[in-house]
This record gives sequence, C-alpha cells and structure tokens, in this order.
Amino acid sequence: MAVLYINGKQVTLDDDPRTTLLDTLRERPGLTGTKKGCDHGQCGACTLLLDGRRVNSCLILAIQCEGSEVTTIEGLSQSQGEQLHPMQQAFVKYDGFQCGYCTPGQICSAVGMLEEVGNGEPSDVTGRGEVTLSRVEIQERMSGNLCRCGAYANIVDAILDTANEHSRKTGGPAT
Amino acid sequence: MKPFEYRRIHTVEEIGHDDPGQARFLAGGTNLIDLMKHEIEVPDRLLDISRLKLATLKDCENGGLRVDTLVTNTALASDPRVRKTWPLLSAALLSGATAQLRNRATTGGNLLQRTRCYYFYDTARPCNKRNPGEGCSAREGQNRIHAILGASDQCIATHPSDMAVALVALEATLTLRAADGRERELPVEELHRLPGDHPEQDTVLEPGELIVAVTLPAPQPGRQIYRKVRDRSSYAFALISVGVILQVVEGRVESVRIAFGGVAHKPWRARKAEAALLNKAPTEANFRLAAEAELVDARGYGHNDFKIPLARRTLIATLRDAAHSEEEVPT
Repeated sequence: MAVLYINGKQVTLDDDPRTTLLDTLRERPGLTGTKKGCDHGQCGACTLLLDGRRVNSCLILAIQCEGSEVTTIEGLSQSQGEQLHPMQQAFVKYDGFQCGYCTPGQICSAVGMLEEVGNGEPSDVTGRGEVTLSRVEIQERMSGNLCRCGAYANIVDAILDTANEHSRKTGGPAT
Repeated sequence: MKPFEYRRIHTVEEIGHDDPGQARFLAGGTNLIDLMKHEIEVPDRLLDISRLKLATLKDCENGGLRVDTLVTNTALASDPRVRKTWPLLSAALLSGATAQLRNRATTGGNLLQRTRCYYFYDTARPCNKRNPGEGCSAREGQNRIHAILGASDQCIATHPSDMAVALVALEATLTLRAADGRERELPVEELHRLPGDHPEQDTVLEPGELIVAVTLPAPQPGRQIYRKVRDRSSYAFALISVGVILQVVEGRVESVRIAFGGVAHKPWRARKAEAALLNKAPTEANFRLAAEAELVDARGYGHNDFKIPLARRTLIATLRDAAHSEEEVPT
C-alpha cells in the first residue's frame, strides 16, 4: 500500500489516483486544519509544507507524494510542547486574521517563506543583491495567500515580528 | 476529474513505444491537475515523470548552462549562476505565479502550460483550442488579455509563460526525446506555434515527445531587462511583457535581442524591432521607430486595443532602461 507521512504519522493513500493531497488530509486522518478555498491554486488556503517546501496541496495528487513528509498547521506546534509555533503566537498577538479561514495557509506559507529567505532565495522585488527581509519582500512573497477579510497589514506585522524574534534569539539574520 | 491510469516511471526508457498520444506526462502538475479538474484535459493515462533523475543544472564547456526539465522554477530563478549571468531569466521567473507554484512547477512544465483564455477554461462556451471546429468565443467576447500579433480567425489566445519569453530572448535550445528514444535539438523559439487553422496544437512536439533539458548559451553581452505590465503588482499574468538584451558600444547599438510576452500565441521574438535598432544610436526616436516597425501588423479585437500602444510604450521604456544603465552582465 502506498503511504505518506503526515506530521510524522504514516497515512495510507486512497486507491483512486484522482485524490488530491488536500482531500487526502481532510478525509483520511481528518486533519481539517488545511482549508479548501478555490481548489485551483489561486487562493493559497491549502498551503502546507511538502518535504519542507510550501506548496498548494489542491494541485498535487496524493499518489505523487508517496513516501513524502507533509507538515500541516496541526503539525507545526508538535515540536513546541504545549506551546503554539512562534508564527501562530504572532498571528494571535497581531490579530493577523478575522474569519480565520485563510489563516492555516497563511501561517504554513509564512513558515515556508522564512525558510526560503534563509536559503537566500530571491523574489521579484529582491533585485540582484542579497535578500533583506522587509515589508515589501513579505508582501511579494506572500502574494499566493489571499485574505478576503483584508487582514494583510497585521499578517505582515506578525511575520516581521516572528522573523525579528528569531534573529534576536539566534543572532542570525532575520529568518 | 475523469478516471485515469496512473503510472510512475523512474527512467526515460520506461516511456516506451506503446504509450498512446492520450497519455500525459505529469511533473509539478500545477497546470495539468487544474485542467483535469475542469475536464479540459482528460488523459487516459498519466505518466508521472517527477522522479526521473532530471533535476540538475550543469555548466557547459562553452559558458552555457544545461537545465534539466524537472528543475523547479524556484531552483532555476535562485541559482547563483542564473542570477549573475542570465538575470533576464531569473527576473522573468520571479515575476510569474507565486512561491507555492514556483516551488512545484518545473522548467519543462512551464513551457507546456496552456493559455489562460477565459473561454478555453469555460467548457460551456465554444473554443477551437479545446474543441477544434467549435468556434472562437473570444473574438467577439471579452478579449482584454488576448493576442495582438499572429492571431488567426480560429484563435486569439496568448501564451502565458514569462520564462519562455526570457528563453526566447536568450536563444535557449531544447533537448527533446521521442518515445522511441531519438533525441533532437530545437530552439525554444520554434517550440510554440501560431494558431493558424490548428489552435488545438500549442507546440510542434510530437505525441510522446519529452522535453529533457533546456540549454542556455553564454549570453550576448549587454544589459538584460525583463519588464512586465499587469493588472496587479504580483501574481498576475502579463498584459504585456518585454525581455531585452541590449549592448551599446560607442553610441551605437552593437547587438540587441527582444522578445514580447502577452502579445501572441507564442513568445514573440521581435526581429523587426531588432533590425531597426542595429547600428543605430540608442535614442528615444529610434526606440519608437523600432517599436512601430514590430507593431505595424498588430491588430486589436476591441477590449485589447490598448495593448498596441502599451506594447510600444513598454518596449521603449525597457530599451531606455537598458541603454542608460551602467551595469553590464559579465561574460
């Protein structure tokens, strides 16, 4: 049987190859934190980390992910004991949501995004030099996550704070 | 989604002779899975090629770079060699889609993505690209995003890729592998076709033919700029985009390569504009003459009439930026 690993737990895949990664999560282990918004890769509500990289889980067949590691919003806080993941805490602190539907995708996307910045991966606004995290960088890099309540300003605050907090603790760059 | 048979392959030899034209290669799936959900693509079989060992970037002896077909858009845009030597390509890639999509989308898949014409996606409306002979809804319909060059009575769709525009300006070459194992080389410029009487055919690929790699030649000297005009500043397809490589020596245009995106059924190499500029002074007046030379046959269909002056102005602005920059790409 084909399996993948969701938040460290082995999950057996559906027999029907049409099943997306998103539907697999929601229907098999019942991990409904990952949301179905547009189901066409346009809104980002289904964003999760696949082998450490943020992707739209609605546009991926689960069968393609055989053997892969998936981290969803439910898995982000697993390594933090009783605490929420720092990005989750920051979204609470800065009121980075209203209805909350896009929030799991926003948070998973933001966590993946800070990894990308840490790797030195450029964005459309980076230009030729090194990446420096700024509001404009965050806005560009998060453009794949729509928030129809319009909590964008607070989302950017939450992400910036998380990045700065991380760099304060590690002495490293704001990632 | 229509049922299909799924098969994962680990070597290109497994593609074999017996795979019918109805099979589709599946890599990142960011466009294909979406089209299958809409039942615009209804393959009998998916050949999952995403685990082929075709995801590396290799230096070529002549200063070029070979990009395997499964290199993701993120990996290609972020590669230090690409950022330094082919910044046009990195800029074009980063101007397209979102990080989530670029993390998944591949080099070959980006080239083979299909048009975003509204009527191609709307299965309740006629579309010659989806169902040959049915008619074109865009000619008399909402055609704001449609072609101004090289369109036909059958189809006025545009090709949506930014990456392909850069590859055409950079004169990149494809390595293709037929189902029987034969390999051939093809300039990226010759991959996509104009719609003519067969808008259902986006490219000249044979059934079962696989894009194995894209090779970037050592670039022409000069400043490389990609400029994209769109309805919002991120995550939108180009209304007009321009890729330019311009070298000015002693007040004369020594060499120039220009490609447009958003204007045609294929990335549009602007050879008339290039010819008009060669050996001329890089002046505003000459930029205008070059743009007008390229757009002499342009026509709009109503809602997209604005694209003709927009294409002219975008090209002039991009050439101006390229001519007045001190920075040159080291070669």
